[in-house]
Amino acid sequence: MTIKLKTPISEEEIRKLRMGDEVLLSGIIVTARDQAHKLMVEKKPDFIRPYLEGSVIYHCGPVVRKNPDGTWTFISAGPTTSIREEPYQGEVICEYKVRGVIGKGGMGKKTLEALKKCGAVYFHAVGGAGTLIANSVKRVVDVFMLEEFGTPEAFWVIEVEDLPLVVTMDSHGESIHEKVLEKSKERFLRLVGLK
Amino acid sequence: MELKDALVELLRRAATDLPPDVEKALREAYEREDEGTPAKAVFRTILENVRMAREKSTPICQDTGSLIFYVDYPVGQREDTYIRAINAAAEEATRRQYLRPNAVNLITGKNSGNNVGKNHPFIHFHQWDRDEVRIRLLLKGGGSENVGAQYKLPDAGLKAGRDLEGVRKVVLDAVFKAQGKGCSPGTVAVAIGGDRVTSYMLSKELLFRKIGERHPEPEIAEFERKLYRELNQLGIGPMGFGGKTTVLEVFVDWQHRHPATFFVAITYNCWAFRRKTLYIRNGEVSYDD
Repeated sequence: MTIKLKTPISEEEIRKLRMGDEVLLSGIIVTARDQAHKLMVEKKPDFIRPYLEGSVIYHCGPVVRKNPDGTWTFISAGPTTSIREEPYQGEVICEYKVRGVIGKGGMGKKTLEALKKCGAVYFHAVGGAGTLIANSVKRVVDVFMLEEFGTPEAFWVIEVEDLPLVVTMDSHGESIHEKVLEKSKERFLRLVGLK
Repeated sequence: MELKDALVELLRRAATDLPPDVEKALREAYEREDEGTPAKAVFRTILENVRMAREKSTPICQDTGSLIFYVDYPVGQREDTYIRAINAAAEEATRRQYLRPNAVNLITGKNSGNNVGKNHPFIHFHQWDRDEVRIRLLLKGGGSENVGAQYKLPDAGLKAGRDLEGVRKVVLDAVFKAQGKGCSPGTVAVAIGGDRVTSYMLSKELLFRKIGERHPEPEIAEFERKLYRELNQLGIGPMGFGGKTTVLEVFVDWQHRHPATFFVAITYNCWAFRRKTLYIRNGEVSYDD
């Protein structure tokens, strides 16, 4: 069964989600990757605060078109590898009261703990599905740090509709990534003769 | 057609039109997964995305990768003709959103905005005897590039010696460590021998083989099949959600080595395996996958 969610999301709503749930996400979310996360931890800027509270961070460096009337259109916008934000993510979630993070590949223990402590989940989008995901971006609301960081690294504030996601890490300490890692480790050790 | 325009079209095709052999392998992987699993849903989304990207002529993946060109050109031509045309085409293709700007100055952190920079696009040149030009292009995603690895054998931790059995162990190790992070199911290109540089060079160039194309030497072909079977037993599945297909294909090749060294270079390519070729024969431009 697919669960429909819309930002802003309450802590209660997010705590209901469990590992493996399929979600269609709508509402305002914010893209942020390496430089944005470094900035949020080191400088804690306030300009992004109103967009992040109760909202979701998307690990994505999109292809974007600037239209003649000055508006923007997302052309291709799949997720980027999340683990690069592991040193920052937990702190960003709790500092900015973010309710979810979208990315690919999953994240580590530090983030899993923050999801539990501050009430958030990790959503997995399909890596490489750039065109399909861009199609569910209805509007670019605003963009920050575009000049300084460039297109892929800027904070893009976007409105999405029915973005298809899977909860792979929940706020109860469960992670698909840990489970698959454990299972594949068993098989790996057997195949190389170390077990 | 101007060389630059032909190259813009090459870039467009590579970014938006997945080669048929790759799409076929993805479709077969979709059919193998059980109904109702996250793995099945991932393949369904992937196939739908591939179809949409081709139809709308927009990038399959927003990471349109590092631009890696392999230019074979006839005697009497100059390399800088191609360097200029490739740089101009990269700029133009970026302007048209076939490509994301992916060249970052590592000192200032600033993106050049047009995919042109120091050693970017990267061009391998090779002069040949034929009276035609072949330009092969690989768009290599950054996420999958990060999970590539180079090993030197022997490897005590893995108990991997200097033979194919040792190579087998390190390839399993690399794919196990990658989990879903390289956008699995990936294509794994393994080069054995050479030095630090040539081992990676050989493994990258293996990505111009088509899926299903086995090495001409039977022993290596059998080794490829064995690796393919075993890597898929890891159960990592698409995106690391668990599933029957962890790798789409395994390519292996070898070269002579120095007596003191034994390198194994592993290049991991995401499922969005983007390569295209352009030929210029008698002034006529044609394209191939």
